[in-house]
Amino acid sequence: MTDQTTESPEGIPTPDGAAHIIDTDYEIGQDNLEGSLGPIGFDIHNPVFAVSGLAIVAFVFYALALPEQAGTLFSWLFSSVTKGFDWFFLGAANIFVIFCLLLIVTPLGKVRLGGTEAVPDYGYVGWFAMLFAAGMGIGLMFYGVSEPLSHFGSSMGGTVVENGVRTDWAPLGAAAGDQEAAARLAMAATIFHWGLHPWAIYAVVALALALFSYNKGLPLTIRSAFYPIFGDAVWGWVGHVIDILAVFATLFGLATSLGFGATQANAGLNELFGLPIGSTTEVILITIITSIALVSVMRGLDGGVKVLSEINMGLAFVLLIFVLLVGPTMFLLSLFWESLVAYIEYLPALSNPIGREDVNFSQGWTSFYWAWWISWSPFVGMFIARVSRGRTVREFMICVLLIPSMVCVLWMSVFGGTAIHQVIADGYTAAQDAGLPLQLFKMLNVMPLASITSLVGIVLVIVFFVTSSDSGSLVIDTITAGGKVDAPAAQRAFWCIFEGAVAIVLLLSAGGLQSLQSMVISTGLPFTVVLLVMCFAIYRGLMSERRHT
Amino acid sequence: MFSNIVVPVDLAHEAALQKALQVAADLAKIHNAAICYVGVTSASPGVVAHTPEEYKQKLENFAQSQAAQHGVQASSHTILSHDPAIDLNKALEKAISDLGADLVVMASHVPNMSDYIWTGHGAHVAAHSKASVLLVRA
Repeated sequence: MTDQTTESPEGIPTPDGAAHIIDTDYEIGQDNLEGSLGPIGFDIHNPVFAVSGLAIVAFVFYALALPEQAGTLFSWLFSSVTKGFDWFFLGAANIFVIFCLLLIVTPLGKVRLGGTEAVPDYGYVGWFAMLFAAGMGIGLMFYGVSEPLSHFGSSMGGTVVENGVRTDWAPLGAAAGDQEAAARLAMAATIFHWGLHPWAIYAVVALALALFSYNKGLPLTIRSAFYPIFGDAVWGWVGHVIDILAVFATLFGLATSLGFGATQANAGLNELFGLPIGSTTEVILITIITSIALVSVMRGLDGGVKVLSEINMGLAFVLLIFVLLVGPTMFLLSLFWESLVAYIEYLPALSNPIGREDVNFSQGWTSFYWAWWISWSPFVGMFIARVSRGRTVREFMICVLLIPSMVCVLWMSVFGGTAIHQVIADGYTAAQDAGLPLQLFKMLNVMPLASITSLVGIVLVIVFFVTSSDSGSLVIDTITAGGKVDAPAAQRAFWCIFEGAVAIVLLLSAGGLQSLQSMVISTGLPFTVVLLVMCFAIYRGLMSERRHT
Repeated sequence: MFSNIVVPVDLAHEAALQKALQVAADLAKIHNAAICYVGVTSASPGVVAHTPEEYKQKLENFAQSQAAQHGVQASSHTILSHDPAIDLNKALEKAISDLGADLVVMASHVPNMSDYIWTGHGAHVAAHSKASVLLVRA
């Protein structure tokens, strides 16, 4: 590039205040192809853009051409990964949590992302809203009611043993017939899946990227976190593979969320307006949502995803307060504390990676979730990194790990708690009996202003859907542009449309959501290794930062 | 007639700027005006610089080398943008008004089909800025 022609100052000056820039000959954008295709300009990394794009297309064609074979292969992948590697997922996630908590309390937490004098790019409200927008919002809508209810139901059912193997889906030892104990266990298990562990997974990736980008001066792509291990080889095929894997994981992770979001919005719209349930409606929904995401993408980070995230956080907060006040308020408030205590009490048993008797729960729920969060982590982590410059590591960890975990505890207690209360106190089981996507709306149904709150629920699902798709396009574009954040906007639009197209194709092909889930899981496995290596890289990076500043 | 000339520059594509830089310097000499070179960067490492601080330094060096080369009075102004690909037009617009420019000289491409969909930066600035705008075609 042309920056040698400007008079370069002696050496590389420090970022805002002291930091330790890695001295490498690699120049950002040096492998990029820049040009224009007809009237539309592009600036893409060679070969990451082409290889990941073509591989995704090849996969989609495979799923279309041989649906049965693909379905069999995916379900085999799904079960062998979650069943065979459950110990690996559970063990690795525990390491991430411990690692993050240690960073809060050790002196390494004092390191500031972007150099000692850096100031935060975003205020707390915008920052916070965006944390949820990318990674978890849509899941909270989907599972907020259904997961506590599901664990509650299976715990009440007690344990069932056939041929020496548990066939029930209850967590740990279940709580047969004991409503209070079953509710506690259900809440603890749900919070376990939505609390510290997922946020620790996101925090590890986000911190690694932020550190190596803002403090070390490396491009904002996943491979940069591996510089301490592979050195300049990360700019070659090792790095290409890591980045391509990240694009894969992000795209298929997003497609799952698109599928979930479309079915839930469809279920809600059916409940409210009698809209027919089926793939036609879902395809239309995905198209509409992708179009909104496209507008948001073209409005940029501040004008698009940030604004939508803030609106959504406000709406979600209003819905939360409404359910809390109109629902069994005292029960919910005491459940909040009770759930927190139960979570801490059951945490060692729930997170134990080996010798589990509750195989269906630990493999079908926990292992699935961990793989899911991990496959989302390159995307969510990179998005969090993008908006977190100027925070100290300690502040970052408290705000990315502890506070979101508490918000999830509150959310799950209020929504799950209300649904459980409806079952225990009123004998209202419509939510429990309904299909997964419908449970939120069935719960809202027996509360006042049901049509308004259901509508708010649908709007929330759709907007979270949009923010995920939007931030995902932003992340994939940055990775496939070799870490450049100022590549032509048309590329983002391309990825946004591509995501929607892949989601539609996979939804229509045999196996539907199951196919999507299987792909997500299979990308989660290699990425667990990537994340473990990242922990080591973060440690090395922070140590050098402490030494040199 | 003019006292404050603003020249937006993209340090990653310096070769494309040469004609505009020359025109700006000539005008500055005629009107005895000062030039402020404006550049936009993001917080993440980019092609030109690894950090905003480094970018700022490079832009200032660029301004000083222009000053020496053309014998004009020059300064620099760095804009930090969260999303430069999208926010560039708005950011330039604001900087031009904040700096109190009365003339903007910027390099611009020959219009093509895509300008019907995405207007170029020069066209946007010309349409929205209160200052006089001179677009120098490459």
